[in-house]
Amino acid sequence: MTSASRAAGQRDEISFGSVDDQPMPAAARSQPPGAAGPAITTSGLTKRFRGGQVAVDGIDLAVPHGAVYGFLGPNGSGKTTTIRMLLGLVHPTSGSHELLGVPMPAGTNTILPRVGSLVEGPAFYSQLSGRANLARFDAADRTADPRTADARIRAALDRVGLLSAARKHYRAYSLGMKQRLAIAAGLLRPRELLILDEPTNGLDPQGTREVRGLIRDIAADGTTVFVSSHLLAEVEQICSHVGVMRTGRLVFEGTLDDLRSRGTARILVRTAQPAGAAEVLAKLGLADVRTGEHEASAQLGGQAPEEICAQLVHSGVPVAGLATPRPSLEDLFVELTGEGFRVDG
Amino acid sequence: MSTAEVTSARPDHPAGRAAGPVGPVIHWIRFLRSELSLIFLRWRNLALLAVLAAIPVLIGIALKLSSPGGGGDGQGPAFFVQVAGNGVFLALASLNVLLILVLPLTVAVVAGDSVAGEAGHGTLRYLLAIPAGRARLLGIKYAALVIFCLAACAVVTVAALLIGAALFPVGPVTLLSGTTISLGAGLLRLAFVALYVAAAMAALAAIGLAISAFTEHPIGAIAAIMVLALASEVSDSVPQFAVVHPYLPTHWWLSFDALLRSPIAWPDLWHGLASFGIYAVIFGAIAWARFSTADVTS
Repeated sequence: MTSASRAAGQRDEISFGSVDDQPMPAAARSQPPGAAGPAITTSGLTKRFRGGQVAVDGIDLAVPHGAVYGFLGPNGSGKTTTIRMLLGLVHPTSGSHELLGVPMPAGTNTILPRVGSLVEGPAFYSQLSGRANLARFDAADRTADPRTADARIRAALDRVGLLSAARKHYRAYSLGMKQRLAIAAGLLRPRELLILDEPTNGLDPQGTREVRGLIRDIAADGTTVFVSSHLLAEVEQICSHVGVMRTGRLVFEGTLDDLRSRGTARILVRTAQPAGAAEVLAKLGLADVRTGEHEASAQLGGQAPEEICAQLVHSGVPVAGLATPRPSLEDLFVELTGEGFRVDG
Repeated sequence: MSTAEVTSARPDHPAGRAAGPVGPVIHWIRFLRSELSLIFLRWRNLALLAVLAAIPVLIGIALKLSSPGGGGDGQGPAFFVQVAGNGVFLALASLNVLLILVLPLTVAVVAGDSVAGEAGHGTLRYLLAIPAGRARLLGIKYAALVIFCLAACAVVTVAALLIGAALFPVGPVTLLSGTTISLGAGLLRLAFVALYVAAAMAALAAIGLAISAFTEHPIGAIAAIMVLALASEVSDSVPQFAVVHPYLPTHWWLSFDALLRSPIAWPDLWHGLASFGIYAVIFGAIAWARFSTADVTS
């Protein structure tokens, strides 16, 4: 989608005239408001709760416009508190933040209508139907046009595949339907930024895939998506950028490729003679040589894998397979976030 | 799916604007209507209103069954003795009885639930993220509570009038001061009594709203409001606390009999209304102070 058609859905206070569709580099922080600056910036954002516990400790986020940004961290690392601060639900102890280039909380009433959100799971009125719930939230929006409410509610329900269950009571919804209704509430009107806190929490694989597809669709329309998760796999599949939280601090921020390149590549040889292979690898000067059952591995360093392969064959080591795995993102995350990080959910 | 549907949803701003902006008043009315439908379409609240309507019926039947004897003029509570002679007094007797417990309880349930219920459900965070606006949300909540108080008093009054007219003769009303006024004038006075009681309940609702803003447990808020109201009523009946009586939130609730004198006993009436107004303002301010600064973590 081009920036021009994207801008058509936006309000006219701020023009996004010259955005190209490339995700911006994470370094592009603190652009002046009004330009196509980052969708979210925070500076030293800190929350200390009354008990003295520091939930969020001076984080500096820069979420590029148009990105799908994965906000990763173990449970309790401060993700939800950060999201609550972004939305003005929780007041920061110190620090500041901007949404779509406008300082918060001063811009609450002008900016939040352009931001859809899902915070810590769905919450609706159990006695109302899905449709009536959306109508309730739409009625609370002083910038939503009541004349288009029915059409917008219908479209939002349709988009998440709940149109057939629109008249069912919320309490009769399955967990997946509840989650999808929450996303529908975020889609009641065109948004420039969608903040989704654990959107696939509690969903079965089928539901998870549906939500993932939905997020991709939304992002393809040019909406910046900020999605928190403790599930690496989820983020890896849909995100262009990641921020990693650990005990209230932001320990990494950048593109997924930035993160991948932090790891050093290895060479892995599958062979019936691991010991012989290890000997050859060591002779070639590779570091950190390890052997396992039917395999040997070492850090690749700068060497070409095909030459290593030739050397192995030359030395009479039967090579059944050769691979140059980089450390999985999973390994990198565990490294960044420390123990207790649930990588598999 | 989707792209087409979403673009069809997109007319939201541009087309909506082209058709002319919607004024803030419309948005207020729309939000208030949504709030009212939440209150009035809730089975629990409807059951409470049904109880409010049923109690005058019970009182009427009880009085009808015991009416031949009259039962000793001095002992009966205010208005009860007049009911046999004029059904209009059943409304006054009912308001009098219900003000002791059931009416404040009904208001406490709805007021205690107002903010705490949204917080407990988690819907509060979504309302604020929309953003509904904290001041606006609180204002809408209180407006809806006031309307509920009016409705509750209307239900009691109308139910009592209907059953009173069905069981007893209805005619010109003899006031407490001994003067007799026409039925129409009597009904007008009764309407003012109902409004006065609604004002008393609206003050209680403001207290309830403030308490409700401090918790995410509606039951706790409801209990706290009731404890407060009952403590006030008990203190009001202890002669040793006479000094503080006029300042108690419940002290002026029953002063609506000022409206049933000729001429109307204005000082009592103004004292009562001033008390309600002051309580509403103080607790409205407390609710606002709390709600505007609270971290919403539910």
